[in-house]
Amino acid sequence: MGDNNPHPILRVKNCLYLFIFLLSIWIILTNTFQYEELLTGILISFVLTLILNKNYQKLGLPPIGLKRLVYFIIYILVLLKEIIKANFDVAYRVLHPKMPIKPGIVIIKTELKQDIAKILLANSITLTPGTFTLDIKNDELLIHWIYVRSEEKGESTKKIGKKFEKYLKVVFA
Amino acid sequence: MELVGVIITGIGVLFLFLGNFGILRLPDVYNRIQAGTKCTTFGTFFTVIGIGIIQPEWFWKCLLIAVFVMFTNPISSHAIARASKKSGIPLCDRSVVDQTREFEEKEEA
Repeated sequence: MGDNNPHPILRVKNCLYLFIFLLSIWIILTNTFQYEELLTGILISFVLTLILNKNYQKLGLPPIGLKRLVYFIIYILVLLKEIIKANFDVAYRVLHPKMPIKPGIVIIKTELKQDIAKILLANSITLTPGTFTLDIKNDELLIHWIYVRSEEKGESTKKIGKKFEKYLKVVFA
Repeated sequence: MELVGVIITGIGVLFLFLGNFGILRLPDVYNRIQAGTKCTTFGTFFTVIGIGIIQPEWFWKCLLIAVFVMFTNPISSHAIARASKKSGIPLCDRSVVDQTREFEEKEEA
């Protein structure tokens, strides 16, 4: 969680990001640049920004920087690669006549602090081959693993979480 | 262009089929969720993007739908899995390890 009472300039900046995000969704959905449509979009985005601002602050999103952006893009690419691998993995297990599964539930540890970072980590674990998140508590995640390779905590943390955590740690540093 | 779109939609449908096949074949709730989450994410993604390529004016909307599905699908599967764990549905006999108890005990400590 971020600071509850951030610097006023930072707050305005956060509002601006939220506003731009909402407006771009509006433009994609309406699919026009007509004057009236844009005006309505700006008005609605502005009202929504005012309403949602407080919740958005609570998420504790970090300020945008070049290094963070680069690491976030690398993270997205790694995630896409893992999603593709995950699908072929599941397809293989399902189609194999003997079904090579060895399911189990294990605990892994995370070093991430912010809630939003943990959500991203849990979601990416769900999308990667053979694992999904059952529960989160403080710094531990409960993971269901379709083919358990290690029952020891440190070892499974390395195998499941590390590849995302090293990028997310920089993004949310 | 239409052919490319049809092929991509076809790949998506194939993965959706495999996901359903997995739900039928795998032994217990948790393993079925595995198949259900992974294949539907990929399947929906490709189906929707394929439609976006066939109808270029819908492309950006389709991309938006695909991104939303990618973010919300893990959350729904997580909710189902957590609910079934809390209501005490057991793991199948082929399971090798279950550290849930260890995890629950930490809460009380």
